[in-house]
Amino acid sequence: MVNVVWLVLIIGGLVVSAVHGTMIPVTQAIMTSSEKAVEIALGFIGIMTLWLGMARIAEESGMMRTLSRLMNPLVSRLFPGIPKDHPAMGNMLMNISANVLGMGGAATPFGLKAMEELQKLNTLKERASANMITFLAINTASINLIPATVIALRVAAGSHNPTEIVGPTILATTISSLVAVSVDRLLRYWHHDTNPNG
Amino acid sequence: MLTRWLDVISVWAIPFLIGFIPLYGWLRGVKVYETFVSGAEEGFKMAIKMIPFLVGILVALNIFQASGALDSLIRFLSGPLGLVGIPAAVVPLILIRPLSGGAALGITTGLLQHFGPDSAVGRLASTIQGSTDTTFYVITLYFGSIGVRRTRYALPVALIGDLAGFIAAVVICRRVFGP
Repeated sequence: MVNVVWLVLIIGGLVVSAVHGTMIPVTQAIMTSSEKAVEIALGFIGIMTLWLGMARIAEESGMMRTLSRLMNPLVSRLFPGIPKDHPAMGNMLMNISANVLGMGGAATPFGLKAMEELQKLNTLKERASANMITFLAINTASINLIPATVIALRVAAGSHNPTEIVGPTILATTISSLVAVSVDRLLRYWHHDTNPNG
Repeated sequence: MLTRWLDVISVWAIPFLIGFIPLYGWLRGVKVYETFVSGAEEGFKMAIKMIPFLVGILVALNIFQASGALDSLIRFLSGPLGLVGIPAAVVPLILIRPLSGGAALGITTGLLQHFGPDSAVGRLASTIQGSTDTTFYVITLYFGSIGVRRTRYALPVALIGDLAGFIAAVVICRRVFGP
């Protein structure tokens, strides 16, 4: 699926640019965007290093384990087959909490770490496990209590009530999360995923 | 009241965690600094590992955008979407939001400046921007970092979730703020 989307973006773009005669800007975009991608990744190093250091302390001190045990009744249904004290659970919870609090920068390192832990449980390493897909469904629906960036944008644009969109945002994100998780459940059974880690 | 609390949370969340995690570790007898450094080492590797996936996705997106294909798609879709009550002005935002966080932020900024943050379009754009994520980017990055090639039904699930979020934002904004 990702392969198809990727290919469509490239080939579709090239065909259109041939028709419109926009080959020169497209070539420029190819060059600058590959440079930009590296810039973004390098820019991530600082924040990733910081939060993964913090994550290690949270792991060693037992904070992650406590957090996952507290939340276990809630999330064990969402992620069946993950052992109770497994670090995958703690990292997923930290990622979701960081997203909820609107700390995008902190969420990514925990999310990537969670994927690494889920991959340890995965039986077919090239193939996404059902639990990974559920995690991504929740993650991309981005349950978000404080849309800090948007509020800042609205303040900058001179809004009289910059936070009035918080309620609608929370409601919309809750609905999209519920839909994503339900569709995920349906497809999980449809695909006969009997092994949630496989 | 609620607004003040939200402000307090967003200001304090990061400093609180940066203080609380090491303090908790220290009280539990963890050698906090050494542990921090050993975990932090991974940050570098992880960021470097992201590069191929970021290059792949950003190049494809920029080809699509710079060629004018995205504009054609938007023009093509704004008619039918207008029929179901989605204003044409937010169509670019809806199409770009799952693909690129930076571009979506740029579009939202533009809409807020042009229509005003307290207009119907301004409020809807704010809600859409805040309530969804850069799905395509997250999926390639997260699966890419662990070498999973077969993503199976992950993308459809996430995109259906996004679609539900967009529709919800349109309906909720109209209910709360009026048409």
